[in-house]
Amino acid sequence: MFAYYMQLALRSFRRSPGLTMLMVVIMGVGVAASMTTYAVFRAVSGNPLPDKSAQLFVPQIDNLGPQNGSTHNHLPDALTYRDAMALMHARVAKRQTAIYPVLENVIPQDGTHRPFAANGYAAYADFFPMFEATFLYGNGWSDDDDQSQANVIVISQRLNQQVYGGVNSVGRALNVDGHDYRVVGVIDDWNPQPRFYDVNNSTGFGDAPDFYLSFTRAIATQTGSNGNNSCAGSIHSLAPGWDGWLRSECVWASFWVELPDASAVQRYNQFLSGYVAEQQRSGRFHWRADTKLFTLTDWLDHEGAVPPETKVSLLVAAGFLLVCLVNTVGLLLAKIMRRAGEIGVRRALGASRGAIYRQFVAEAAAVGMAGGLLGLSLTALGMLGTDLLFDPAIAKLARLTPALVLLTVFVAMLATVIAALYPAWRAAHVQPSLQLKSQ
Amino acid sequence: MQIRPILSALRHHKAGTILIVLQIALTLAIVCNALSIIHQRVTRLSRPSGLDEADVLVIQNQWIGRPSMQQVQALMASDLETLRRVPGLMDAYATNGYPLGVDGWSKGVRYTMDQQTATSPSAIYFADDHALATLGLKLIAGRNFRADEIAAMAARDTLLPRVVIVTKALADKLFPDGTAVGRQICVGSAPPSTIVGVVEHMQTSTGTFSQAWDERSLLVPFRLLDGSTSYVVRARPGELTSVLRDAPQALIAANPLRVIGDKDIKPYATIRADAYRTDRGIALLMGIICVVLLGTTAAGIVGLTSFWVSQRRKHIGVRRALGATKHDILSYFCTENLLLSAGGVAIGALLAVALNALLVDQFEMQRLSLNYIVAGMIVVVLLGQSAVFVPAWRASQLPPVEATRSV
Repeated sequence: MFAYYMQLALRSFRRSPGLTMLMVVIMGVGVAASMTTYAVFRAVSGNPLPDKSAQLFVPQIDNLGPQNGSTHNHLPDALTYRDAMALMHARVAKRQTAIYPVLENVIPQDGTHRPFAANGYAAYADFFPMFEATFLYGNGWSDDDDQSQANVIVISQRLNQQVYGGVNSVGRALNVDGHDYRVVGVIDDWNPQPRFYDVNNSTGFGDAPDFYLSFTRAIATQTGSNGNNSCAGSIHSLAPGWDGWLRSECVWASFWVELPDASAVQRYNQFLSGYVAEQQRSGRFHWRADTKLFTLTDWLDHEGAVPPETKVSLLVAAGFLLVCLVNTVGLLLAKIMRRAGEIGVRRALGASRGAIYRQFVAEAAAVGMAGGLLGLSLTALGMLGTDLLFDPAIAKLARLTPALVLLTVFVAMLATVIAALYPAWRAAHVQPSLQLKSQ
Repeated sequence: MQIRPILSALRHHKAGTILIVLQIALTLAIVCNALSIIHQRVTRLSRPSGLDEADVLVIQNQWIGRPSMQQVQALMASDLETLRRVPGLMDAYATNGYPLGVDGWSKGVRYTMDQQTATSPSAIYFADDHALATLGLKLIAGRNFRADEIAAMAARDTLLPRVVIVTKALADKLFPDGTAVGRQICVGSAPPSTIVGVVEHMQTSTGTFSQAWDERSLLVPFRLLDGSTSYVVRARPGELTSVLRDAPQALIAANPLRVIGDKDIKPYATIRADAYRTDRGIALLMGIICVVLLGTTAAGIVGLTSFWVSQRRKHIGVRRALGATKHDILSYFCTENLLLSAGGVAIGALLAVALNALLVDQFEMQRLSLNYIVAGMIVVVLLGQSAVFVPAWRASQLPPVEATRSV
């Protein structure tokens, strides 16, 4: 029966190719617009660490005070050095790390390549197990290395390729700005997007960092932050130089803790309240200082990690698909009712209402399938064009995955079948006698 | 033209009527908001940066081996000399950031030191006496920095400027009476500084982009002694390409202990394109959606009207036989479409406002101006009329004999 319906659909296509083509094109374009924007949206709004995100938290401390514009919903989004160190040394969480972005010059020792700049992070040993970083060679460093400000470095696969030609470089020396560092690990393609641990400094999207080194070592070598440094809390002049900056109320250190269960979260909240109360007592804060503990996903929301453009585009494209759907209902209605005579004949020859209904829904599904295939090729084209529409770092994330291919065809077929429900119902209720009389 | 018969005919085509009205309404709602988004984005990306952009380029420089502050000061001075000797180069200066750049400093500006909250935030640009000439900034009041006012400041020191140059936008915010030159302001935690000059435009850096403090920038007479420096360079007209090639080479030849990567050398056109990439992309996407949407709706109207004409062949034939002219038939279908469009745009205007309210609420967009709704209504009605014309004209060409055909 289905084959017969397809035959009828083909015949109907031959009779009104213009109308059918129009439906296919409209469905294809509508689906492609929605799918392209959806692919971008999904790429940027995903959970960077799905199995771990519920255990990762960001503490916030109000070192600004209400007179400098901080409110409960808007506390400084990084910590001062002294607060970060106090939280590090307290070790109340299962794991914890202070983090800040650094820019360094890597100096190849082969005598032929010029030095180049590399982006990385200064962090504590817990960074790697906490964020489930995966290694190609070697491992992260140890707490002892943090204690002794060791000159250890973990490099990316790309930097390993660039400097060592891709061989296992663990144990070899890397010259960073005139100092030798010992490579202890090479990260494979681990690059969570958005880069949740740095969304307070950057857009959160981009290539993997080139290296990671010990926070204590970076401080010892007086390496400044390559990210945001906000000194809104220092209304009075800072003490000059590096030490003055470390002692200042400038916020620039990100801080992450791993808290495996609710009781750990509660304990950490209590610890934070106790800590700020102590700071108030010692006269550092002249206000009732607030604290906050964000989960990873709440933190991404709070920092606006998903670019609003991607949401607006998705919304407008979905509206466009809705118009395409309404349009298709109208066109299908026109197409089907034009064939009232044929329906009359089929009904008179014994086809049931259900058969007519199924015939037109099947025909619509065929149109939807064609629209879906067209939509697919247009989506593929759209993927090439995302570079023009979005930040390249974001556009690069949107890919035509097998799931997206299936979804595209499915959405087009579903939309067309939904569009066909009413016209097919109208067709099934055509009066055969009326049609036969007027032939 | 009588409207009553049209309405009674439409009552017999409820489904088609509702579909066309709905489609017109949705189209209007989306097109109005898309046009408004395009307008906002295009306004943003056509703001003046204040620079003479065609001849300006930026070279990002990183010193190797952590030189001391004294060393950096000497290195920077010799770099500027090297740069000024490059053929085709007009002027150059060293800074921490530049308009539309990614990195930037900002500080709160207050009238007095005991004022608790800042009157306005401001972008902070390090500059010397060459900065205005290099960037091509237009000085509209006061004077430029003098060479003897330029001092050096270490990266972690507190900014303590004696004199500053502000943009007109910042001057207007601080001193609305227009007497900024000679007045004093406190920048960050510094004691009062005197405003010596006002420049017409100077955009903030992208990191500090915000509607609220558009173009509020100020220049301070310091060289910032940091590991990383931006050299802003101006080429003589037509010499940009050769300076882009020669200036970094001259710097590396003079002192190879530095990093200047390929991405660190940018003509200002690239900086502008990067800064506004998202705005341009969104405007483009909304434009494409508008065009395709209007095309889709027009095609839908043509399709449905053709269907109605084919259904009413007999009806048209009867009217023609009873004396209706071709023009009567044409105007019947055009009026019918006008009625549908009117219903559609009325509902569409409400939908447009509702959609805009959602966008304003969720994405901090601007309110939809009434002009867009009116313009959108006119566009949609005209689109409907032109879409209906071909099927209506075909209907008017039906001979009266149609009426007798199938009786």
